[in-house]
Amino acid sequence: MTLLGHLSLWLAFLVGLWGAVTGFAGGLQGRVDLQRSARHAVFAMFGALALASICLETAIFRHDFNVEYVAAYTSRNLPTFYLWSALYAGQKGSLLFWATVLSLFAALAQLLTSGRHRVYLPFVAAVTCVVAAFFVSVMLFAANPFERLAFTPVDGRGMNPQLQNPGMVFHPPMLYLGYISITIPFAFAIAALLSKKLEVDWLVAVRKWTLVSWLFLAIGLLLGMWWAYVELGWGGYWAWDPVENAALLPWLVMTAFLHSVMIQEKRGMLKKWNLALIIGAWLLSIFGTFITRSGVIASVHSFTQSGVGYFFLVFLVVAAVASFTLYATRLPLLEAEAKLESMVSREASFLFNNLLFIGIAFSVLWGTLFPILSEWVQGTKVTVGPPFFNQVNIPLGLALLALTGIGPLIAWRRASLPNLRRQFAVPAVTGLFVFLILLVAGMRDVGALIAIALGGFVTATVIQEFGRGASARHRQYGEPLALAAVRLIGRNRRRYGGYIVHFGMVLLFVAFAGMAFKTETQATLRPGESATLRSPYGHLYTFTHLSISQYDALNRRVTAAFVDVSRDGKQVGRLKTEKRQHVDALGRNTFEPSTEVGIRSGLREDLYVVLGGLVNGTEQAVYRFTINPLVWWVWFGGYVLVAGGLIVLWPGGGPPAVRRTQAGYAVKLEAQR
Amino acid sequence: MNAGTKFAMGAVLIVGSVGYLMASGIKETGQYFLTPSELAQRASADPSFYNLGLKVGARVVPGTVEKETATQTLRFHITDGTVSYPVVFRGLPPDTFTDSVEVVVEGRLQKDGVIHATDVLAKCGSRYEAVPKA
Repeated sequence: MTLLGHLSLWLAFLVGLWGAVTGFAGGLQGRVDLQRSARHAVFAMFGALALASICLETAIFRHDFNVEYVAAYTSRNLPTFYLWSALYAGQKGSLLFWATVLSLFAALAQLLTSGRHRVYLPFVAAVTCVVAAFFVSVMLFAANPFERLAFTPVDGRGMNPQLQNPGMVFHPPMLYLGYISITIPFAFAIAALLSKKLEVDWLVAVRKWTLVSWLFLAIGLLLGMWWAYVELGWGGYWAWDPVENAALLPWLVMTAFLHSVMIQEKRGMLKKWNLALIIGAWLLSIFGTFITRSGVIASVHSFTQSGVGYFFLVFLVVAAVASFTLYATRLPLLEAEAKLESMVSREASFLFNNLLFIGIAFSVLWGTLFPILSEWVQGTKVTVGPPFFNQVNIPLGLALLALTGIGPLIAWRRASLPNLRRQFAVPAVTGLFVFLILLVAGMRDVGALIAIALGGFVTATVIQEFGRGASARHRQYGEPLALAAVRLIGRNRRRYGGYIVHFGMVLLFVAFAGMAFKTETQATLRPGESATLRSPYGHLYTFTHLSISQYDALNRRVTAAFVDVSRDGKQVGRLKTEKRQHVDALGRNTFEPSTEVGIRSGLREDLYVVLGGLVNGTEQAVYRFTINPLVWWVWFGGYVLVAGGLIVLWPGGGPPAVRRTQAGYAVKLEAQR
Repeated sequence: MNAGTKFAMGAVLIVGSVGYLMASGIKETGQYFLTPSELAQRASADPSFYNLGLKVGARVVPGTVEKETATQTLRFHITDGTVSYPVVFRGLPPDTFTDSVEVVVEGRLQKDGVIHATDVLAKCGSRYEAVPKA
């Protein structure tokens, strides 16, 4: 199987090179035969890579421990569920997974692109072939997943227990799907630049693909947060680790793009900016891969330091130079068709929104790279941690949150005073009201106060929009209000789906603000002893250590500790937290013990209990008890955000966004048709 | 004043505040990341390196780890091969912490020559890779 897999990789590599050559040549010379060949190369590459993936997965399922990768990441007693995820549990396998998914997206781009956008396809095929061939070449020359060992171990080393979590089965593929699919919009952008067909067409083709990768990346980030929260046991979900930042960066830039693209569609402005954003987002995704895989920046997440990093660094530099050179030569074709008319307009609010997104992205990038930069400049490594990122990003994030409410309501071109009053009277009062209530209730954390008050403001704008739209339908068609609201979404999914995404963001911001009120205590308890902790809402929680129980499970020895929880003297539940020592089929210890957190999740707060260990093997246990306010809302906000994204993305129905008219302003594009 | 100029002013304001926030953030929260040798060299040249919040990246010296579970105190030595420092940490160490692992210790070097850690991050060869073959 490994021979077949290895051959498939070579086949994918050669076919990829062929697709690149024929795609570029066919596109530039307009030769249909070459263009067709490039298209076929994309499909062939997907076939070859899918075959290679199947080969590796087969070796994993057959427990063929002669294959280095299989021996390194799996074992006989690994649950079947995790045999699937073993495909991307290690560096080499995840490269294969990456390349395969990229070729799948490349094939889908060829199949799903219709009509006028087909002119870009040869170039798209070429660009995707280059990128995929690069990933395959890394495998062929530096990290071959099919490498065999000189001997056959009796059992593999098993999967890191921290990866044996349902979140870890879905988090990496989602994040990868997001990361990888950015290549498609990037390929369209390069195609538009090469073919000089830089009208609005390419944007429409690109927008949906960007939304796809934006959504996958969002899901991947949220799953990663959830995994970190339930599995790592440090009590939070976001640590500003370089690898987390690397995934956040392209997401921020794509979010900026998804907003500014509307200005280009409606007003023909920001063409240069939008192209730069797409190219930048893709480069950041490669940069993120580089950071994750090279080990240049100390991160608790990173793969081991390896030569793979140099491949990515070289690729990153070459790709950046090539893309921006091409971009520079096409700048004259990208003049804006309109000018900004007023500061008080939707255009201006979107521009500020973009600046803030890029500002946040830049500060995150800077903070991530600061250890390297400071070492170059001063000769000493200086690191910045969560305090830096919070200090910079809380004010910027709050400004962004304010614009989330302002942007969608303010008129295009130039807002009048009556427009402003009509749109903002109710939301502004709502926000102020929320602020005062919290102040009276005793909240004194400035950041949290502003975040929740702005949350109230934005929520009011969303409700107002839904209310106005629904009541208009109610009057016009006599639909009941609830039905009218649902139909409203169907009629204009992009707009109302967008509002739902905004509402999801509000929930996330409020949940983030909740973490300002986290409380924590550590205690060493004998059975029957208790520790107490006061929640930010004033309730007194008592945690009583009940007992320890030790038993063997499938592939681990478990030490479980049970804790009785009561609130203000009334029993509310029982929590279990574990230390797990994973073992191999022969009962030998593998890896270090890992912690299973006991979590009781509620709307107001999560109780989060971690077993630190036992004192000299007695039943005396060391605990950390944490009260994390509003964490549930992170996950719920995530669902809302994803639901909104899906509504925007759902194919068909409703008038295409470009043909919409807004506030009596007939869209320019319409006139062009 | 036309809209473009006004917008440029707004943009300068945003870019300026981003720059200001970043500069002040780095100044207030930046921490040196040193090896034990670098720390020894700096601290002997400049006493202000004592009791200064910083990070030290090194390996745990095998056999030096003492865990007192009752008081949740962890004592160990770290080294980069040339210089070694004793470390005291109160709290729960991460799961990946063992003797001989690579660690980043966040804390302050005191005059007694002990690093009082506020946080210990352990890097097992990598979290995604199994333990390297000995």
